[in-house]
Amino acid sequence: MAQDGFLKVSRRGVLAGGVASAAASRASIAFAQENSGASAVEATVPLKFTVNGEDRQLDLDTRTTLLDALREHLQLTGTKKGCDHGQCGACTVIVNGERINSCLSLAVQHEGDEVTTIEGLGSADRLHPMQAAFVKHDGYQCGYCTPGQICSAVAVLDEIRKGIPSHVTEDLDGAMQPSNVEMRERMSGNICRCGAYSNIAEAMAEVAGA
Amino acid sequence: MRSFTYERAKTAADAAKTVAETQGAKFIAGGTNLLDLMKIEVETPTHLVDVQDLGFDAIEETPEGGLRIGALVSNTALSAHPAVRRDYAVLTRAIQAGASGQLRNKATTGGNLLQRTRCAYFYDTNMPCNKRKPGDGCAALGGFSRQLGVIGISDACIATYPGDMAVALRVLDAVVETVKPDGTARAIPIADFHRLWGDTPQTETVLEPGELITAVVLPEPLGGQHFYQKVRDRRSYAFALVSVAAVIQADGTGRVAFGGVAPKPWRVEAADALLQQGASAVVAEAFADARPTEQNKFKIPLAERALAGILADARG
Ligand SMILES: Cc1cc2nc3c(=O)[nH]c(=O)nc-3n(C[C@H](O)[C@H](O)[C@H](O)COP(=O)(O)OP(=O)(O)OC[C@H]3O[C@@H](n4cnc5c(N)ncnc54)[C@H](O)[C@@H]3O)c2cc1C
Ligand code: SF4
Ligand code: FES
Ligand code: FES
Repeated sequence: MAQDGFLKVSRRGVLAGGVASAAASRASIAFAQENSGASAVEATVPLKFTVNGEDRQLDLDTRTTLLDALREHLQLTGTKKGCDHGQCGACTVIVNGERINSCLSLAVQHEGDEVTTIEGLGSADRLHPMQAAFVKHDGYQCGYCTPGQICSAVAVLDEIRKGIPSHVTEDLDGAMQPSNVEMRERMSGNICRCGAYSNIAEAMAEVAGA
Repeated sequence: MRSFTYERAKTAADAAKTVAETQGAKFIAGGTNLLDLMKIEVETPTHLVDVQDLGFDAIEETPEGGLRIGALVSNTALSAHPAVRRDYAVLTRAIQAGASGQLRNKATTGGNLLQRTRCAYFYDTNMPCNKRKPGDGCAALGGFSRQLGVIGISDACIATYPGDMAVALRVLDAVVETVKPDGTARAIPIADFHRLWGDTPQTETVLEPGELITAVVLPEPLGGQHFYQKVRDRRSYAFALVSVAAVIQADGTGRVAFGGVAPKPWRVEAADALLQQGASAVVAEAFADARPTEQNKFKIPLAERALAGILADARG
């Protein structure tokens, strides 16, 4: 796959298209370099991280979000871009064991991190139990939010196992339960415009053994 | 997004110095508020100093019997910490009432304190906004103000501090610890941390340029029953219209702070003193100087009802 250079054209296009802003930002890069002493700073920076168990190296414009690095540079297009502002959860991936919105994170913040995307959870012939449960319970219609829902759902069950409380947890000292109310609250950062919510909760309940 | 250069700071003093001395530089922690605003060019830093490697990620007991929370501790980790759940439950409750699971995993203690207002006109670069562009005017004054502030606001800006965590920190009288660009440290009581901005709404806290938050310190536990009641347009994943953080003791005395109403978590000690008289006395005192708009005056009776609910629960 042509991984390098996939976005280079469009980046150059953006810079050429916005002459004023490109000129202004180049000046400020020089300024930042002059003033930040020993630490050399570049507009493009190298990044090494692990994605779905594989070591990856990229050379990225600092502006590249983790989401765009996955989709546009590594062609892992399972992770979706909905709002690009932390409001929908379509871009949810698991980083170092925790779910985050990959749209609100710069790729360069993830040097050395371990990222798991929907592609890393399972494959078409070896589905993750949560993927299988979504199929069985009709946990989707159009499927756009689904990779984010599944990554989130896997992480939610883990958060419950670890005893992380939620807004609806009554007893902060007791064991956390994978109840329907708990799962709905914990999944509120994943919006589904097809409204598959109740089936998603059933898929999660099956995996949780509840 | 405008282009910027990026570095990872190695020490707190270096980070503070770099941000102070580099025009257009900013810290980045989780990035969940800063990147959101950079994408729409409300924030346009030219250099980012990432503070994630500074080691401020522990929660430790203090010799005074409280807790020191590193500025980089995530909202999830803070809310789930056993000592916080046991002794500072109002903080666990407030954090868990905010944002989503994904955001709380990335949001940090320092970044959360500094999150900017959610006033829709602040986000819309086509509209006048004194906070975004000093001297520009305020679109909210003659526009939609339902979500915005009712007290402590000014003619220049009627926005609110939108966060939840800081409302609990105000009830707990937490202290924000920082390091300045010259390397000196200071401790800022949370009561003084956010400004009542008057005619300079662009400056929301007392932090100096380049001043880095290193920790938030909780004094020794207050005991009592802990509550955080957040009222919003949907039951999860929405900012507060009004929120109430309270710690109520067995004799009915206690402390209360309100969120979603002012440029800072709103607590009036003279109102705390009226808790035994009930919610209406407390709210009358705490909101005596309120200047709500037609659209947001509902927030004051809403605050009273939310507090009345808490006091009823506290009585059991
Ligand atoms: C969809 C959505 C819903 C949300 N809902 C809620 C909600 O209901 N309640 C709520 O409280 N919050 C909510 N939030 C806001 C969220 O809590 C904040 O974005 C988050 O806490 C910011 O933390 P951060 O570490 O990501 O900050 P960053 O984005 O990294 O930084 C924010 C600011 O703080 C500065 N900064 C960061 N760390 C330091 C430091 N150590 N010293 C000095 N300056 C520093 C940065 O320069 C920047 O200006 C929501 C956000 C989104 C996107
Ligand atoms: S209320 Fe404040 S943030 Fe909102 S438009 Fe007016 S000046 Fe801007
Ligand atoms: S695309 Fe990231 S939350 Fe919507
Ligand atoms: S299945 Fe269509 S958005 Fe969720």
